[in-house]
Amino acid sequence: MNFDYNEEQQLLADSVRRFLQKDYDFEARRKIVSSPEGWSERVWSTFADMGLIGLPLSPDYGGFGGGAVDLMSVMEAFGEALVVEPYLPTLLAALAIAKSGDAKQKQSILPLVAQGKMRLALATGPRGVMGAPMADKIVFSSGRKLRVLDRKDLQLKPHRTLDGLGAADIALETEITSPLLDEVLDFGAALSCAEAVGAMKFACDTTLEYLKTRRQFGVPIGAFQALQHRMVDMFISYEQAKSMACLACSKIDSHENAADRARAVSAAKIKIADAARHISQESVQLHGGMGMSEELKVSHTFRRLTALGRRFGDADQHLARFASL
Amino acid sequence: MDLNYSPEELAFRDEVRSWLAANLPQELKDKGHLSKEELLRWHRILAKQGWVAPAWPKEWGGTGWTAVQRYIFEEELGYAGSPPVMPFGISMCAPVLLAFGTEAQKKRFLPRIYDGEDFWCQGYSEPGSGSDLASLKTKAIRNGDQYVVTGQKIWTSYAHYADWIFCLVRTDPTVEKRQEGISFLLMDMKTPGITVRPLMLMDGGHSVNEVFFDDVKVPAENRVHHENAGWTVAKYLLGYERMNTGRIGESKRELRKLKEAFSAKLHDVRFRDRLTRVEVELMALEITNLRFLDRMRRTGQPPGADVSMLKIRGTEIQQALTELAMQAADPAAQETQALERRYLDMRKTTIYAGSNEIQRNIIAKMTLGL
Repeated sequence: MNFDYNEEQQLLADSVRRFLQKDYDFEARRKIVSSPEGWSERVWSTFADMGLIGLPLSPDYGGFGGGAVDLMSVMEAFGEALVVEPYLPTLLAALAIAKSGDAKQKQSILPLVAQGKMRLALATGPRGVMGAPMADKIVFSSGRKLRVLDRKDLQLKPHRTLDGLGAADIALETEITSPLLDEVLDFGAALSCAEAVGAMKFACDTTLEYLKTRRQFGVPIGAFQALQHRMVDMFISYEQAKSMACLACSKIDSHENAADRARAVSAAKIKIADAARHISQESVQLHGGMGMSEELKVSHTFRRLTALGRRFGDADQHLARFASL
Repeated sequence: MDLNYSPEELAFRDEVRSWLAANLPQELKDKGHLSKEELLRWHRILAKQGWVAPAWPKEWGGTGWTAVQRYIFEEELGYAGSPPVMPFGISMCAPVLLAFGTEAQKKRFLPRIYDGEDFWCQGYSEPGSGSDLASLKTKAIRNGDQYVVTGQKIWTSYAHYADWIFCLVRTDPTVEKRQEGISFLLMDMKTPGITVRPLMLMDGGHSVNEVFFDDVKVPAENRVHHENAGWTVAKYLLGYERMNTGRIGESKRELRKLKEAFSAKLHDVRFRDRLTRVEVELMALEITNLRFLDRMRRTGQPPGADVSMLKIRGTEIQQALTELAMQAADPAAQETQALERRYLDMRKTTIYAGSNEIQRNIIAKMTLGL
């Protein structure tokens, strides 16, 4: 038993955090989000230079063969900073290719992905394909085969998600099925849990700070027990969510049987969805009117947590899956 | 990151589990209210095995187990449905004596606690001093080599079984800081002037009492630590060992029993989803508990104030499980009565040992700095 990140994981987490603090603060992010593209090529190539994009890919394609736990701290940092670059979509599509693609697909795509020269999106249905507008290629499974199409050959209807990510509806003639993708989607769900944990940490930290600095009735509002207890409950929700993210990512890496993995991921998604809702709503409430303001990062974290609670299946879907396993 | 126990820890768990399968008497399993004889019977079985006081130093009968092993042991006891090991002697009075007692006090009391010869109870709460414990008024006036104790304690668990009571008493009513006028006294329950009156609770059970002290003469040698230093002793005990307040093993057992007893009810989606949410919370709490253990192991420090979250969530889960059992059971059936009694009984868990509101105060102040 050991809940530490190992030295490499810690170093990676530190360097990602340093970069995000320096080049991806709230102002920088705001500029990226309001740009027409909605993401930053410069940030993307830095991610590639840091080895983040190749991290879970095999060394055969320029990757590092990392697992979900290796990516946890990266995702937590992304969640704290509310990163909008299409990291998870690219990773999941690449993993789908690595797992189920043919040799030609692997060789022609994965090295470019690891180098940061190609972005991907994974379509599990025609609507709301995450990362599609900025992807070079769209990956989907049809029957027992994995198909890869150029984005520019497809008709896309792009939009931004609630939390500022690029997504698109795609007109596809072939039917999309997803039997090949269960494992990859569980991987994505587990990583989204880690991302949510990072966003929750920010929401808790910034709310606690606000309780200590905002004064009313001559005292910091954190002196009031009604607010103290709510803050404590947020803190407990966060710790419980973090525990479940650890469980989900560890189970992904342990490669036990598929039902065990799915059960752990669904359990984590249920807890994370509930905690995301609880923490996001309370963080806004305890900020009072300021929590509603576009100017405060906490309102954007609210959006991210709300979206993450439903991404890769909402609590109800995972309650049903958990019970079926 | 590795969430699993080591092979040695797993082997230890198996050893405990199979020992329990062979040695825990069937008739003591899952028993709500236990007689003194039943509690002592279990105590002596564990003492004979050498497992009744794992956390004590080896010279006094401790096992020398690691914190993780002690946690595994406690969880296995809970998971097996074993009776509780009464904490008042083994894990409250004894650690205090080990930390603050004189050699004479240790030699006199510890072996008898270990063997179950003395049954202890705890005299903390008073009618006017619950959460605000430091306001306690039971007074002890020094008279030569004795204290004369007068006052009242309440909610005293198992006082009606007890041979001894350890008490917080007021030895100096004049100090400005009231915590500094409290002492820690050990009293023989047979001393003239001590009266125990039962307090019946809403589940119909008798486990708590009022204890009255009327000019009770206590030898001064029964004071632990300095006069007026009792609060230090009490605080030490609070931070002592709180790794099993989440009751993970016990709740896992209750969850399993619930699923077995009401398997048909699991097809009711509304019920199923409520149950799953509690199950997930319990899974999370088990890992949170392990994270605390891991932190303790890594830093060598006792757990911080945030360990209170184990008590908060653990007791909420215990209560939620009794509520689900009530919901699943046929309200008209006679066998439902046991579940109803347990539902009533378990309401105490969020109140005792520092109410959950007090636990939240502790985290707010100590961990969050509010």
